[in-house]
Amino acid sequence: MHGTNDLILRTATVLISFILFAFSIYLFLAGHNAPGGGFVGGLMTASAIVLMYMAYGERAVSKIIPVNYRFLIPTGLLIALLTGAGSFAFGEPFLNQTFGHFHIPLLGDKELATALLFDLGVYLTVVGITMTIILSIAGDRE
Amino acid sequence: MTSTDFYYITEIVTYICLVATSISLILLMIRAIKGPTNPDRAVALDAIGINLMALVGLIAILLVTTKLNDIVLLIGILLFIGTIALAKFIEKGVIIDRDER
Repeated sequence: MHGTNDLILRTATVLISFILFAFSIYLFLAGHNAPGGGFVGGLMTASAIVLMYMAYGERAVSKIIPVNYRFLIPTGLLIALLTGAGSFAFGEPFLNQTFGHFHIPLLGDKELATALLFDLGVYLTVVGITMTIILSIAGDRE
Repeated sequence: MTSTDFYYITEIVTYICLVATSISLILLMIRAIKGPTNPDRAVALDAIGINLMALVGLIAILLVTTKLNDIVLLIGILLFIGTIALAKFIEKGVIIDRDER
């Protein structure tokens, strides 16, 4: 089939995918007190990567992001398990969480919670599973 | 007109908009299911997403909350990607190309 003219899509993807990455990081950090969290942040990151795959094709994006998404799944699960088991070190029940207020330069007084580390595990797992499913379906040959 | 009247009128208008958006969603659903061609279905799905964004915005007005603003943006982004995927599938038959062009 003759080449399709997708210049607008390719040019817009450069801008839009970075907006999507920023929005996913915002959603990831906004979790557990507002809408957001690791799951939605992971889905947004995966959709940004899928947008790049749709615009530029598999070979080009695999060169830009040389990540094997299958390795993200056990990494995320391991992080989630370790944060859950980390509460044993303080004599607390499994998956117990705590939070504190810290003064960060340029950002002011922020609340940091240990649930964010658990969310990081969820985030990596969701990105890994979503990209593995989509790329497996896309790479299926007749 | 007092401020109580204003809130009362706002609520009535919001309910009317909710009913109109719901009727539009039902009509679009019929078009998406029995649309004669695939481009009809793609446009209908796109419009369903836009109506969903309107519905979430109206519910945010009714509930007097700002927490739902992120959801509107989220639906918009997913709708954009879905529409691109559908358009590419209709035009080329493949969504993620494997070969270098």
